[in-house]
Amino acid sequence: MSDAIATTLPDGKPVFLDTEARHHPENGTLLGFWLYLMSDCLIFACLFATYGVLGRNYAGGPTGAELFELPLVAVNTALLLLSSITYGFAMISMQNRKTGAVLAWLAVTGLFGAGFLGIELYEFSHLIHEGNGPQRSGFLSSFFALVGTHGLHVTFGIVWLVTLMAQVAKKGLTAANQRRLFCLSMFWHFLDVVWIGVFTFVYLMGVLP
Amino acid sequence: MSQLQMSENHHIEHDSHHEEGGHAHATLRGYLTGFILSVILTAIPFWLIMNKSVTNPATAAAVILAFAAVQILVHMIYFLHMNTKSEGGWNMLALIFTLVLVVITLAGSMWVMHHMNANMMPAMSTHDMRNMP
Repeated sequence: MSDAIATTLPDGKPVFLDTEARHHPENGTLLGFWLYLMSDCLIFACLFATYGVLGRNYAGGPTGAELFELPLVAVNTALLLLSSITYGFAMISMQNRKTGAVLAWLAVTGLFGAGFLGIELYEFSHLIHEGNGPQRSGFLSSFFALVGTHGLHVTFGIVWLVTLMAQVAKKGLTAANQRRLFCLSMFWHFLDVVWIGVFTFVYLMGVLP
Repeated sequence: MSQLQMSENHHIEHDSHHEEGGHAHATLRGYLTGFILSVILTAIPFWLIMNKSVTNPATAAAVILAFAAVQILVHMIYFLHMNTKSEGGWNMLALIFTLVLVVITLAGSMWVMHHMNANMMPAMSTHDMRNMP
């Protein structure tokens, strides 16, 4: 059944009004972005599998129980979880069309993300400084590959977030900016989902004997 | 003119309807529910491991993996707004397909590599390997 309406302009030209929404650009974008996230999920699956295989190959070096500082990991987990909820507040402000509130919540989200990255970089530099860099053992190679890839994703998420803040500040909550904010929302929450796997599989299970 | 007006109305109706079906409406309640559940589901495994409450490592691993699985589900529902209807079901289909691949990748790798490891000669040291023909 077609919903198209045919009518005529005063000057006699025919006009066809398409009422079946065949022109929702955000539709295709959101599904496409979801497919990208799923492919990203497969990258992380491979890195998790690598860690699962190599995670106990210490090569006579330090074990996870000796290296991991769980209180620090708990703080990091809290920061990422808080950044997830503040991004949610930004999305709610977007629905209520409050540009200022969106920008404020995005800024808070970015700060939590930056805090997460700061702690992770501190952890990495500490490990490398002690001679426990990625070249030390199979365990540490797979650890740096997995956690580092997640950290890189967070880094690019923050770059994207700052870019979007500039765009929203300049052009307001246009349809295009809303679509971008939706995509970043999926990306950001997806990173939090991956982090659940990281803190459980790498850190918590890593300290088990 | 009235026809145009009508079509416009129809269109708006269609749009709002579409938004509900295509992308779930975010609510404060939904986000807060997800957040509180996540905090609980994160705190318990950390507490279990840091306090060494479960003595058997295999049991502890199984318990915290179960908590992680539930928390991933909570994030999917409350933060990523996953449901069977979003994008006409394609989101869910892509997710299920991905999950199948993830399980094959993870379980397959660990299964195969564990067996290869177990079938290596156990007492072989680096010294023995150097003296092998």
